[in-house]
Amino acid sequence: MDFEDTPQEAAFRAEVRAWIDANAPKHLLAELKNASFASNGVVSEDPVSAGKAWQKKKAEAGWACLHWPKEYGGGARTPIERVIWGQEEGLYAALTGAFTIGHGMCGPTVMTWAKEEQKRELLPPLASGETIWCQLFSEPASGSDLAGLRTRAVKADDGSGDWIINGQKIWTSGAQVSDWGLLITRTDPDVPKHKGLTMFFLDMRSPGVEVRPIKQANGQSSFNEVYFTDVRIPDAQRLGEVGQGWEVSLTTLMNERLSIGSGMSTGFPELFRFCMEMEIDGAPAVEDAGVRSKLAQFAVKQSGLKYTGMRAISALSKGETPGPENSIGKLVAGSAMQELSMFALDIQGQAGVIWNDDSPQKGRFQGMLMRSPATRIEGGSDEILRNIIGERVLGLPGDIRIDKDVPFKDIPTSGRKKK
Amino acid sequence: MNLDFSDEQKQLREQVRRFLSENCTSETVRTILEGPESYDRKLYQGLAELGVLGAAIPEEYGGVGLGHLELCVVAEELGRVLAPVPVSSSIYLVAEFLLLAGSEAQKQAWLPKLAAAEAVGAFAFAEGQGRVTPAKIKASVSGGKLSGVKSPVADGDVADVAVVAAKNEKGQVSLYLVDLSGKGVSRTTLDTLDPTRGQAALTFDGAAAELLGGEGDGWNIASQVMDRAAVLMAFEQVGGADRALEIARDYALERMAFGRPIGSFQGIKHMLADMYVSATLARSNCYYGAWALNSGAAEFPVAAATARVSATTAFQHCAKNNIQVHGGMGFTWAFDCHLYYRRSNALALALGSLSTWESLLIERMSAGNAETAA
Ligand SMILES: Cc1cc2nc3c(=O)[nH]c(=O)nc-3n(C[C@H](O)[C@H](O)[C@H](O)COP(=O)(O)OP(=O)(O)OC[C@H]3O[C@@H](n4cnc5c(N)ncnc54)[C@H](O)[C@@H]3O)c2cc1C
Repeated sequence: MDFEDTPQEAAFRAEVRAWIDANAPKHLLAELKNASFASNGVVSEDPVSAGKAWQKKKAEAGWACLHWPKEYGGGARTPIERVIWGQEEGLYAALTGAFTIGHGMCGPTVMTWAKEEQKRELLPPLASGETIWCQLFSEPASGSDLAGLRTRAVKADDGSGDWIINGQKIWTSGAQVSDWGLLITRTDPDVPKHKGLTMFFLDMRSPGVEVRPIKQANGQSSFNEVYFTDVRIPDAQRLGEVGQGWEVSLTTLMNERLSIGSGMSTGFPELFRFCMEMEIDGAPAVEDAGVRSKLAQFAVKQSGLKYTGMRAISALSKGETPGPENSIGKLVAGSAMQELSMFALDIQGQAGVIWNDDSPQKGRFQGMLMRSPATRIEGGSDEILRNIIGERVLGLPGDIRIDKDVPFKDIPTSGRKKK
Repeated sequence: MNLDFSDEQKQLREQVRRFLSENCTSETVRTILEGPESYDRKLYQGLAELGVLGAAIPEEYGGVGLGHLELCVVAEELGRVLAPVPVSSSIYLVAEFLLLAGSEAQKQAWLPKLAAAEAVGAFAFAEGQGRVTPAKIKASVSGGKLSGVKSPVADGDVADVAVVAAKNEKGQVSLYLVDLSGKGVSRTTLDTLDPTRGQAALTFDGAAAELLGGEGDGWNIASQVMDRAAVLMAFEQVGGADRALEIARDYALERMAFGRPIGSFQGIKHMLADMYVSATLARSNCYYGAWALNSGAAEFPVAAATARVSATTAFQHCAKNNIQVHGGMGFTWAFDCHLYYRRSNALALALGSLSTWESLLIERMSAGNAETAA
């Protein structure tokens, strides 16, 4: 057991640190430090352009997508080197949030399922930040129950082999700035729901694609509705076989759990700093027994997540594959963030309601309060993650699925009752 | 970076687990719970012969000279089966006191006996209700004679030697080694939540006391040793939490209601998932604590309190919900659920309560920096 860098790790860290020191957009650091929770990070510049510029620089020096093979624009680095990079990149990582879905989920799916020449064409520009990808999975009537989706893909009747798409997706993060989308559709409604799905990748500028931003509960607009009206996709852009879409989507969803769960911050360091500064009855809040007890419980959640991540990496570097146990990252972080922000506001008393630049840490905790509900839903809700842990880690029986062997067209869904 | 036990350490785990599966069953624990003995002597002797009591004691003092990581592995296994033995008092505490602050003669006198289970040690710290503070310590030593009442003292009913926190003639908290077979020592066994671990009140009336460590150094030494014990005990707690979860999971698969195993109901499934989450977070924090303990890292005090708070929370969480998963059966004497419930709550109070450790953790973080846990 060893927390310290090995000599090779230390050498790698020094190399990374020197490069970041020489190349990072330092003029944005102060802004990134004070960026309120889940904001785009920078406001003085267009955040997408700033992110693209940083990603391009990283890619040119071989620091982009460290977990990908070199031939696809990646860095072919070990899991531990990725962690070291992440630690050294620090706040600058927030600049490249627009690529999270592409790098974390769509890229790995393309890598697993696309043809070799497609991978060589699509992946390097994704790695270097020239293209942005989105994930077109959820629909108004199918979220947790994703396989209940209704967006239809049918073969064009002109003999071209192309597919014609009609339907609607929702909650699509980043669709408004995306070049490509990973799209799951229904190709056969006459078989049980998991069997009639097919996956494609789609040029987001195809005729018939319409993206409408949704205003979120926290006032921002990072996700969208996406409508498809007779959108044409060449058969060559199919991933996996017709009817194999569910299997393909599992690659995406598994990577999603890994990529958004690991290394997630609960906001504890910020809360701790706040409790050192804020006073209760003339003494720093951190000296109050009740505050300490709460802080300690948040602290051990934060550190427990951190070291659970390190254990996963230790296992990974010994050749073991990370399993469903990694679902705990987002599950713990999501609710911790929500409770933690409520607690930070509680300490502020009546003034906790004020959310402006004069609020502690420029309103970070207010921002966190308003964003954290989404963390408990996106990428698998708390309930779904608990099901995964219960069933796949602890081996408990699956939920009763009354729709299991029923043709999709006969399943009652929201907005469509059984005849 | 590597946050895992080595293959040799994992082998040791298997070996200890095999030994305990034969020598420490639920019957073993119940015999102590219901009988007059306060620990299982044969089991304790067996552990000594296996070499695990002396895992972290150097060979020159009768130990095996492995290290603290090995002792952590052993602790987790003992915790899983609720081993009714005085290992935490004797080994995590008294042996560590001797190793850290004992004179050569004190080490020679007691460490070999502790490692061989020929003597049992106890740490006499508390004196009644409330958090222990320097001001609360009333026991005192004058002219080498100790007077006062220490209560509760874990394993105080069977211990041969005690490390006692008392005030010296200048009123400074100091530590003393007291041979409990000597004159001026009397003990009263206490009824407690968890009779599988004995507790006693020790009354000293002019008992011979030998200084352990420097005059006035008692608080400082005690806090260092309690940190070490906290990590070791946290491994026991994680072992217990894991086992309670396993027992609950097995029952949830077996017990049917409404024509289905109860583990297929989300109310139960999600409870088990949450138990898994708390046990996993605690395990990871314990690994961090184990590394810091073994390597003597500067972040050790924070790591120790982190492991302690996390493991205490997890064991209590898993033990109470283990009963809930079992329904009425869980509340019977016949099922083992109450054994875990007892032990989880008793361990939560040993070495100072959860709130004491929560407070310590945050105090230490504010003295250093928050980044340690960030
Ligand atoms: C910020 C944000 C960004 C997102 N980005 C994307 C994106 O980029 N692309 C994309 O495709 N999707 C995206 N999503 C959608 C997200 O994946 C879904 O919201 C999520 O899967 C839940 O689906 P739903 O919202 O339809 O809720 P529902 O599935 O309707 O769930 C409602 C409630 O029922 C519970 N529930 C459902 N099924 C079960 C069950 N079996 N057992 C117990 N409880 C159950 C849920 O936990 C929840 O509490 C995003 C969502 C958010 C909030």
